[in-house]
Amino acid sequence: MTGILSLTTFFPLIGVAAILALRLLGGKADQAKLENAAKWIALATTLATLALSILLVAQFDPLNPGFQFSEDIPWFAGAGYRMGVDGISVLFVLLTAFLLPLCIIASWTSIQKRVLEYLIAFLILEALVIGVFCATDLVLFYIFFEGGLLPMFLIIGIWGGQRRVYAAFKFFLYTLLGSVLMLAAILVMASVAHTTSIPELMAYHFAPGLQIWLWLAFFASFAVKMPMWPVHTWLPDAHVEAPTAGSVILAGILLKLGGYGFLRFSLPMFPSASHYFTPLVFTLSVIAVIYTSLVAFRQVDIKKLIAYSSVAHMGFVTMGIFAGNAVGVQGAIYQMLSHGVISGALFLCVGVVYDRMHTREIAFYGGLVNRMPWYAAVFMLFTMGNVGLPGTSGFVGEILSMTGTYGTSTWTALFAATGVILSAVYALTLYRRVVFGEITNPKLAGITDLEKREVLIFAPLIVGTLVLGIQPGLILNITQASVDHLVTAYRAAIGG
Amino acid sequence: MQSLVVIAVFAPLLGAAIAGLSGRRIGDVPSQAVTTGLLFLSCALAWSNFCSQVWGHAEPFTVVLAPFIDVGQFQSDWAVRIDTLSTVMLVVVTTVSSLVHLYSWGYMAEDDCKPRFFAYLSLFTFAMLMLVTANDFMQLFFGWEGVGLASYLLIGFWFKKPSASAAAIKAFVVNRVGDFGFALGIMTVFWMFHTIRFPELFPLIAAKAGSSWQFAGQSWSALDLAAALLFVGAMGKSAQFFLHTWLPDAMEGPTPVSALIHAATMVTAGVYMVCLLSPLFEYAPTAKSIVMVIGAITALFAATVGLAQNDIKRVIAYSTCSQLGYMFFAAGVGAYQGAMFHLFTHAFFKALLFLSAGSVIIGMHHEQDMRKMGGLWKLMPITWIVMLIGTIAITGLGIPHLDLGFAGFYSKDAIIDSAYVASKTNPLASFAFVVGVLAAGLTSFYSWRLIFMTFHGHAKWGGHGEGHAHDHGHHADAHASDDAHAEPLPDDEHHAHDHKPHESPWIVIVPLLALAVGAIFAGWFFDEKFVGADRAEFWRAAIFTLPSNHVLDQIKSVPEWVVWAPLIVTIIGFVAAWYVYIAKEGLGARIAARKGPLWSFLYNKWYFDELYDATFVRGAKALGDLFWKGGDQKIIDRFGPDGVAAMSEAVGRAAGKVQSGYVYHYAFIMLLGVAGLLSLALFAWG
Repeated sequence: MTGILSLTTFFPLIGVAAILALRLLGGKADQAKLENAAKWIALATTLATLALSILLVAQFDPLNPGFQFSEDIPWFAGAGYRMGVDGISVLFVLLTAFLLPLCIIASWTSIQKRVLEYLIAFLILEALVIGVFCATDLVLFYIFFEGGLLPMFLIIGIWGGQRRVYAAFKFFLYTLLGSVLMLAAILVMASVAHTTSIPELMAYHFAPGLQIWLWLAFFASFAVKMPMWPVHTWLPDAHVEAPTAGSVILAGILLKLGGYGFLRFSLPMFPSASHYFTPLVFTLSVIAVIYTSLVAFRQVDIKKLIAYSSVAHMGFVTMGIFAGNAVGVQGAIYQMLSHGVISGALFLCVGVVYDRMHTREIAFYGGLVNRMPWYAAVFMLFTMGNVGLPGTSGFVGEILSMTGTYGTSTWTALFAATGVILSAVYALTLYRRVVFGEITNPKLAGITDLEKREVLIFAPLIVGTLVLGIQPGLILNITQASVDHLVTAYRAAIGG
Repeated sequence: MQSLVVIAVFAPLLGAAIAGLSGRRIGDVPSQAVTTGLLFLSCALAWSNFCSQVWGHAEPFTVVLAPFIDVGQFQSDWAVRIDTLSTVMLVVVTTVSSLVHLYSWGYMAEDDCKPRFFAYLSLFTFAMLMLVTANDFMQLFFGWEGVGLASYLLIGFWFKKPSASAAAIKAFVVNRVGDFGFALGIMTVFWMFHTIRFPELFPLIAAKAGSSWQFAGQSWSALDLAAALLFVGAMGKSAQFFLHTWLPDAMEGPTPVSALIHAATMVTAGVYMVCLLSPLFEYAPTAKSIVMVIGAITALFAATVGLAQNDIKRVIAYSTCSQLGYMFFAAGVGAYQGAMFHLFTHAFFKALLFLSAGSVIIGMHHEQDMRKMGGLWKLMPITWIVMLIGTIAITGLGIPHLDLGFAGFYSKDAIIDSAYVASKTNPLASFAFVVGVLAAGLTSFYSWRLIFMTFHGHAKWGGHGEGHAHDHGHHADAHASDDAHAEPLPDDEHHAHDHKPHESPWIVIVPLLALAVGAIFAGWFFDEKFVGADRAEFWRAAIFTLPSNHVLDQIKSVPEWVVWAPLIVTIIGFVAAWYVYIAKEGLGARIAARKGPLWSFLYNKWYFDELYDATFVRGAKALGDLFWKGGDQKIIDRFGPDGVAAMSEAVGRAAGKVQSGYVYHYAFIMLLGVAGLLSLALFAWG
C-alpha cells in the first residue's frame, strides 16, 4: 500500500486540474453549465478522496504504534519527502475527507460568485490539510501547515460576509505571528539534530534548556490554531465572515491542527518542557472553558456563539493532551474528532437558516419548530452533542479528557467540570431562542423545512455523532496503540 | 429470563424510535398503540423477572451487551445488571410508565403532537431502565443524563409557551449542576480505585476506609469525598435542598409527565443511586450525615412551601420534593431498605395523586388553581375516591401495632423509626427524627388542604370572576394565576359551552384504579420483604450494610411514643386543615390575603428563585458581558490585532479601491512571507 498517502493527499489536485481544464476548454460555454459541471467534478473528487481515506483506515494496523504506509524520498538539503500515518493522525485524514464532500454539497447553491475558484480553493485546502496529517518531515509539515492557511484566508476574504477583509486580516496576523516563531524553532531543531525526520526527532533528546525555547515557539503557533485564550479573538470574526462551508472546515479541521501539533511535536519532542509548562496550559485551558462559555452565553449572533463554544471545547482538548496520561490524550483526540463532526454540523445548521433569511441574528428567529420540525430535531441532536450528552460523541471526549486531567490536576478538573454546566446554559438558551416559541417575526412565516440536499448533508453527521457516542471503541481502538506509545515515552522522559 | 429482561429494557426504545421517526406517517393511533403496547410488554417482563427473583429465588445476573468506553483501566460496557435493587426499579418504572402511557391516550386526546409525546415518554422509560440496570458508572451516567434529556423535552413539550421552555432549560441546567458533582465523583472513584465497574469497585472499598485523598489542594477523607461528590448528582436529580428549584417549575409539562418523571421515577434516581452505592456510603460516615441532613432539611422545607401553594400540581410537586427528602434521610441513617421501600410505595400513591390531579384538571377544563375549585366530589366521584386513597396513603395513616394501613404508613413509619434508632448513636439523626415527625404533620395538612379546597366546600367554579378576588397585582411571578390556563383542553366534549366540571373518561380512570390498588396494598404486602424479617433474603447482596448497622433490626422495638407520634401529628394536621378549609371556610383565603411575612416567605418558596436569579443568573450575564466587551474587545483586540489592523485599514482607505482586491495582496504577502521564511530556513542550515 505504499503510495496511498501521497495518492490521498494529492488526489484533490486532480479535481483542481479538471476544473482548470474545464475552464480553459469550455470558455465559450454557458457559465451556469460550467459551474454545475465544476461542482460535480469537485464532489466526485472529494468522494474519491473519501474512499481512499476509508481504504487507508481499513488497511491501517491498529496494533502497530509507529508510522505506517511510510514513504521516504530524499529531497534537498537533508530534508525529505517523508509521509506516514500513525493512530493519532490517520483518523484526522478520514475526518478531513469526510467533511469535504459535505462542504461541497453545502455550497451547492449558496455560493454565487467565482464558483470555480471557490471549488479550487476547497480542493487545494483539502490536499494541504491531509498533507499536514501525513507529513513526517518537519519541512514538509511546515509547508502543508502554512500553505493550508492560504486557501482558508482566501475563502474568508473573498467569499465572506461584509467585514471579511477585517476578519481575514486578523486571521492572517495571528497565524503569521505563530508561524514565524515555529519556523525559527524548526530551523534550530534541524541544525541541532541534523535531521528533519519527525520519527528521528521524536527519538532525539533535546537539552532541557533548549526544549523550553522550542516548546514556546511551537506553542505560539499551535495555541493560535486551537485557539487558546487569549489568542482566540480571531476565531469568532473569522467564523462570522466565512461562508458556511468555510466555517465547517475552520472549526472541523483547521482548529485541530493545533491539538495535533501538540501531540506530534510538543509532547514527544519536548517532554520536559511540556511537563514544565503544564500548569500554564491548564490555566489557559480552564480560562478558555469558563471565560469563553460565559462570553458565548451573551452573544447575539448564532455563529459567534458557536464559535466561542468551539474555543471552550478546545479547552478540554488542551488540558486532556497535557494531562499526559492515556485517558486524557485519548479523550483529547476523541474530543477533536467529535468536535469536528458536531461543530461542523452546527455551522451547517446555522447555514440552513442563513441561506433562507440571510441573517444570523438570534433575535430575528424564534419559533422555527412550528415551520421546520425536522430542522428542529436535527439542531436539537447537535445541540445535545455540543453539551456533551452521553450517547453522543461529545460526551466521550469530554468525560475522558476531564478524567485524564483529574489524574494530573484535580483543581483543573474541578474548574473544567463547570464547563458541563455552562455549555448547557448557552447551548440550550440559543436553541430556545431560535427554535422554540411562537413565530413572531412575519418574515419567518414562509420559511421551509430541510430540503433533500440538506438532509443528505446532515444524515452522515447524525450517524457519526450517534455511532461514535455509542461505540467509541471504533476510534479508541485505532488511537490506542500510538497513544500508549506516546504516553509511555512521555512519562519515562519526565520521570513519572 | 436473561434475554427477556434485555427485551424489557429495549422495547421502549423501539417504541420511541417508531413513534418518533415515523409517527407522522403512520398516524396517531398506531404510534400510541405501538408505544403503549411495547411498554405493557416491558412491564409484563419486568414483573415476571420480579417474580422469578423474589419468589423463584433466581440468581442475580448481568448481561453484557457490548463494550462502551474502554481506555486502559477506564472500562465500561453496555449491560443489563439484575439484582434486587434493579428488579424493584424495573417494576416501578415499567408499571407507572405503562399506566401513564395508557392515561395519556385520554389526557392528550386533543393534542396535535401525540406521536412526539408518546415517543418522548418511551424514550424516557428506556433511559430510566438503562440507568437502573447499569453495571458501571458510564452507563449509569448515560441513563442519568438520558432521563434528563427526556425530562427537558417533556417539560418543554408545549414549546409555544415561553414559561415551558424556560422551565425546561432550568431543569436541565440545575441538573447539570448536580452532574458537575457527579462527574467529579466518578473521576474521583476512577483514580481512587482504577475501575468504574460496580462489581469490581465494591470489594475494593473497605480497604480505603480511613485513607485520605488530595483534591483541590486539600486533604480529604477519601471515601467521604467520593460519596459526597456523587451525592451532589443525586441532589440535582432528586431535587434536594439548594438544587430543588427546577422541580416545581417542571410542572409546566403535561400532567402525565409530572406523574411519571417528576414524581414516581426519575426524581427517585438519586435515592436509587445512593442505595446502589451503599457499599461506598456505609464506609463514608460524614457523607452519610450530609445525605441525612440534606434529606431532612428538604423534607421540612418542601412541606412548608407546600402549605401555601394554590396550584394543585405545585402542591403535589413540593410534596414529592418533601417525600424524596424522607427517602434520603432514611438512606443517610443507614436504612437503605427503608428508603427503597418508600421509593416503591411513593411511586404508586404519588403517581396516583398526580394523575388524579390531571383528572381534576380535565374535569375543570384546564383549571389548576385550587381556589377556583371546591365541591367537586359529587361531580367527579371516582376521581375523588382515588384521590382520597392517595391522600390517606401519603399521609401514612394507619394503626400502629395492628400494622394496618395504606402504603405510605408502612414505609414512612419505617423511616421515622429508623431515624429514631439511629439517633441513639448519632446525635445528628435526632434532627432527622424530629423533622420526620414534624414534616408528617405538615404533609397531612397540605394533603388534606388539597382535598378540601378541591373537592369540598363551596363550588367556586360556577360563573367567571368569583374566584379571581385574591391574587391580583402583586409580584411578578404570580405563577398560580399564570398557570391557570396553561394546559390545553384535553377533553373537548363541553368545549367553551358548558363549564360544569365532569368525571373523566374511562381510559383516564382505569390507570387511576390500578394505581389505587398499589397505593392501598403495596405497603402491607411488601413490608416484611423490604424492611421486615424477610429483608435479608429479599435484598441479598444488592444492598450492603456494615455489621455495625443495626438500624432496621431495632425499628420494631422503639418506645411507644415514637410509634404513636407520626399518627398523632397526622391527625393534628388533618384537623387543622379541616378547621381552616371546611369548618371556617374562607379562613385560609383570608390568611393568604393578609400576606403576612411568614405566609409570603412560604408562598414565595423561601425566595430561592429570587436569590439564585440575583446571584447566579445575573452574575453569569454580567461576567459574560465583562469578558466579551471588556476582555475580548477592549483589551485583547485593542492591544493585539486591531492596533495593526487599524493601520492597515488606513492604508486601505487611502488607496480607496474595491476591498476584495486587497485580499489577494494579503494573500500574496502571506505567500511571500511563507516562502521567504522557508527558504531562509532551508539554506541557513543546508
